[in-house]
Amino acid sequence: MSSNDHVNTHGTAGEPDPSSHHAPGSFPHILLFFIIGLALSLVVGWGIFPKLLYSQKSQPFGFSHKVHLEQVDQGCQSCHFFREDGTFSGSPRLAQCLECHEEMQGQSEDEAIFVKEYASKGREVPWLVYARQPDCVFFSHTAHVLGAKMDCVTCHGHIGTSDSLKPYEENRITGYSRDIWGPSLTGLKHNSWDRMKMDDCAECHAKYDVLHDSSVQTKRDACFVCHK
Amino acid sequence: MKQTQTQNQHRPKRYGMAIDLDKCTGCGSCMVACFAENNVPFKQDETDKLLSITWMRVYKITNGKKFPETEVCYLPRPCQHCAGQHEGHSPCVSVCPATATDYSADTGIVSQIYTRCFGCRYCMAACPYHARYFNWWDPVWPAGMERYLSPNVSPRMRGVVEKCSFCFHRYQLARDKAYLEGKRAVSEAEYQTACTQACPAGAIVFGDLNNSEHAVYQIVQPDAHNHYKSKNPYAFRLLERLGTNTKVYYLSSREWVRKAGDNYLANEEPGASHAPNQHG
Repeated sequence: MSSNDHVNTHGTAGEPDPSSHHAPGSFPHILLFFIIGLALSLVVGWGIFPKLLYSQKSQPFGFSHKVHLEQVDQGCQSCHFFREDGTFSGSPRLAQCLECHEEMQGQSEDEAIFVKEYASKGREVPWLVYARQPDCVFFSHTAHVLGAKMDCVTCHGHIGTSDSLKPYEENRITGYSRDIWGPSLTGLKHNSWDRMKMDDCAECHAKYDVLHDSSVQTKRDACFVCHK
Repeated sequence: MKQTQTQNQHRPKRYGMAIDLDKCTGCGSCMVACFAENNVPFKQDETDKLLSITWMRVYKITNGKKFPETEVCYLPRPCQHCAGQHEGHSPCVSVCPATATDYSADTGIVSQIYTRCFGCRYCMAACPYHARYFNWWDPVWPAGMERYLSPNVSPRMRGVVEKCSFCFHRYQLARDKAYLEGKRAVSEAEYQTACTQACPAGAIVFGDLNNSEHAVYQIVQPDAHNHYKSKNPYAFRLLERLGTNTKVYYLSSREWVRKAGDNYLANEEPGASHAPNQHG
């Protein structure tokens, strides 16, 4: 190429040669190609991939924590309580719901679905649990709520005053709820309940490291405290 | 040096086991109970025992003599939960490049975190007791059996190492109950391993080696100033002279059995030589 250029410029001295302008002229094209590629990757990475990564599922029927919290006496513990063996009940079973909802209490469509599809047929409601941790995690509600005297909001946010259930987003690769990674793709968080990865658990455990130092190797909590 | 609860404010627990080899009949109930309790995977063809995963394994040893002097002894071998010479310096823990296994000063239990392990198997090479096993395959349960798996124990995947955890999940559940009842201590009966409870001969005793009220302490009589060496003349630990300072003690009234627990010379008395770096 360079030898051709040299011959050309030598042979037709003084005349502008269209082919010699071609090489510098192609540079912006490559840059444009690069920019388009970059923009495309960003659109795919930040826009399309996250949409594809999470599948959206809706709960069996709508539920208002706010309405229920106004009706019960013992706050969250009215439905989410500790069993006698120290385990936590989590999402209520049908039996707890039936204590009040044997028959329709109001006129809402959601309650009609519950009574017709689940209560009258004796079927458990297949709730999708937003806060379910991966299988290798052992989480003790008693240790946190009774031992460390933490409130529900610290990890679960203001779900108790919400009027509806958000769609459950499941990571198609891991099968975990989006609440584990958190809503922000960048992994930034503003509230303590935004996400609940191991780092988020460890953040608090490290803050109280006087109590959490049983591992000889890490001087933090031993692995067999939160793992199983 | 920061003030730490584990080191200064309360006496840590030291969970350990005493296995009476004179009582063990070699029935294998402990192995079966362990399989069921801990979701231990198995294959259709388990003829190659080198590939079998057995957190608890019963070995058969003989005195090597001809009839009629032949004697047989069965030796159940869980993970020995070594403390090492510096309390926490287990052979496997000290080599793990991923901190997938660590030593808890609170319970004395050596953990294994499957999601952290990347399968280099250095720990398996370091373990003198062959207590660690590698998952060469993903577990395949017979149809419907996945419904019988314990939700308290995380099943393992291909490419990670697993081992006996002294049924740690049972301790976690016992602690949950203790929290509910006002942060009291976990009692001896509340935390027992599956193998202990399954043994029909009552050969396995499990408990806290630091608690003089626990049966295992009374049997073993561990000497806390001498790397927890047992003061019971019938007790021994496997390869004790390596200095692994294990928490599984074996008992036998037969000298050849006690001698089989370590590599002794022909004219050497069992327990005659001491662990390295022994003070006094």
